[in-house]
Amino acid sequence: MSAVITPVDAAPAGRSPWRDARVRFMRHRAAVASVVVLALIALACVVGPMVLPNAFDSVDWNLMSAPPTRAGWHLFGTDELGRDLLVRTLIGGRISLMVGLLATLVSVTIGVVWGAVAGFAGGRVDSVMMRIVDMAYAVPYLLIAILVVTVFGRDILLVVAAIAAFSWLDMARVVRGQTLSIKSREFVEAARAIGVPTWRIIFQHVVPNLMGVVVIYTSIVVPGVILSESVLSFLGLGVQEPMTSWGVLIHDGAAVMGATPWMILFPAAALSITLYCANFIGDGLRDALDPKDR
Amino acid sequence: MNDAKNTPVLEVRDLCVRFATNDGPVYAVNDVAFELGRGQTLGIVGESGSGKSQTMLAMMGLLARNGAATGQVLHHGRNLLGLPAAALNAVRGDRIAMIFQDPMTSLNPYLTVERQMTEVLELHRGLGRREARVRAIQALDDVKIPDAKRRIDFYPHEFSGGMRQRVMIAMALLCEPELLIADEPTTALDATVQAQIVQLLRELQREHGTAIVMITHDLGVVAGLCDDVLVMYGGRVMEHASAEDIFHRPSHPYTRGLLAALPRLDAGAGTLVSIPGNPPNMNALPPGCPFSARCRFVEDRCVTTLPMLQRLAPGAQTLRACHRPVADLDAMEAADA
Repeated sequence: MSAVITPVDAAPAGRSPWRDARVRFMRHRAAVASVVVLALIALACVVGPMVLPNAFDSVDWNLMSAPPTRAGWHLFGTDELGRDLLVRTLIGGRISLMVGLLATLVSVTIGVVWGAVAGFAGGRVDSVMMRIVDMAYAVPYLLIAILVVTVFGRDILLVVAAIAAFSWLDMARVVRGQTLSIKSREFVEAARAIGVPTWRIIFQHVVPNLMGVVVIYTSIVVPGVILSESVLSFLGLGVQEPMTSWGVLIHDGAAVMGATPWMILFPAAALSITLYCANFIGDGLRDALDPKDR
Repeated sequence: MNDAKNTPVLEVRDLCVRFATNDGPVYAVNDVAFELGRGQTLGIVGESGSGKSQTMLAMMGLLARNGAATGQVLHHGRNLLGLPAAALNAVRGDRIAMIFQDPMTSLNPYLTVERQMTEVLELHRGLGRREARVRAIQALDDVKIPDAKRRIDFYPHEFSGGMRQRVMIAMALLCEPELLIADEPTTALDATVQAQIVQLLRELQREHGTAIVMITHDLGVVAGLCDDVLVMYGGRVMEHASAEDIFHRPSHPYTRGLLAALPRLDAGAGTLVSIPGNPPNMNALPPGCPFSARCRFVEDRCVTTLPMLQRLAPGAQTLRACHRPVADLDAMEAADA
């Protein structure tokens, strides 16, 4: 058999729908550039503090509120306590990106499972599950977050939990809607006819078909979550000094914006660039995965 | 109804399917009964909406949520209706398998063929992934998919329609089921591929002794494959006879209408014959024979009383549901000609 492979039979190995999407994504230049920029930012946040000579909490008594200078590697200047702003921005980026990633992961997982189960089960189960989502929507999330942090103390994981607890709602709705349409597709019936149990149908057969929508929607959730962390930090509910995050840095910088603009400029730029990149990537993913444009 | 009267693989008795809709109950299937022995093929023919697909879905426990089935579907004497899902899942795909109409949509686009086929064996045979893969490749070879070893890792969109239907058949036969239900397996395929699929089914049946229920509105498929034929209309059985009798001695006006509507190459380019009228509204079936509104042999009693499914003659094999004797139909047709 292997001896006589005609050109027709020698087709390339299985081209998954994902591979097609990747090809389309690569054509979206802004999205590809964004991936590179975002990767560089993430890399800088991880590696930067290790290689730069300044520590994020060490004070340079000679240079307080100094503008960007090459002296002592204070490329982004220093804050009013004489701490290096470059390292602090990178350390803040670690926190912001980590919170963003973690909260997104949690919220996407909950949202997908919740939405897929509700949509597939249908009927009363669906009604109850989606009413719970509706009720959660009605909760003023900032108030709850403030309450939680004041009761349990400031803890970064608590911030993650608070953000995740509210950002899964949209995902659940989107996933449920998509599940409803997939549920009526014939391959689901075929899976039933093969004797696949319901749970397995949901997670083995339906969820892979949801991934397009989930990926697109995740790219919308990520910037939202990073922004939420910044908002909470800005309000003083995030990490504790001397640890910092982009939200905290922007908060501190905003107070002295008139005199030392670099103190808000650099963290704000880092946050904005990250959000822009995330949005561009989302745009690229949407173009790559949206079946309508095929 | 073969001579060898072994215990039937499947016995359906008084099967009724009712759907609760906003417009009131719809009786989609009424008092359908048949039995099927090992290696036999039963064709179920009828127009769209005649209840043939719902009959099969009811047997497999796949009715839509608002549907309810009554009667008995006996698989080796065990009633499948009302069986809990877990028990039903053990039978579906293992002892009874199903092929769907549209091979384009009944394979999951995001899973490789390998994943979808091995899943069946993992579920029913408890095989590991590797063993299952070997068995799946073998099954693809059996349905004559060239280079199966490589193609098994493809995604469904990389197969043509005919190849996908082969994949579906291979998948259905993985566990060597006793009964294969094929719901219009050739409708979505073009004519040459149809013939290949029918040929393939016939070969596989001979090798494995699988009983087949073939739902179709293609009488050519019936002629090529079936032993017995069940003609359905308006959710009822109109005629149940051997394939030979259906084609050569149709006893029911509806069967005759269907056969007359077959375009023939040798009859020249005349107009296409059709049965006048439309299939009945299933929400409001007439009290009498469902075909009465379109039947050229209609009498008063056809409209008012439902004809029972009866033997054509004592000891005859053919069952028909019609008030008018066959002799009357023959006489009228002869007068028309």
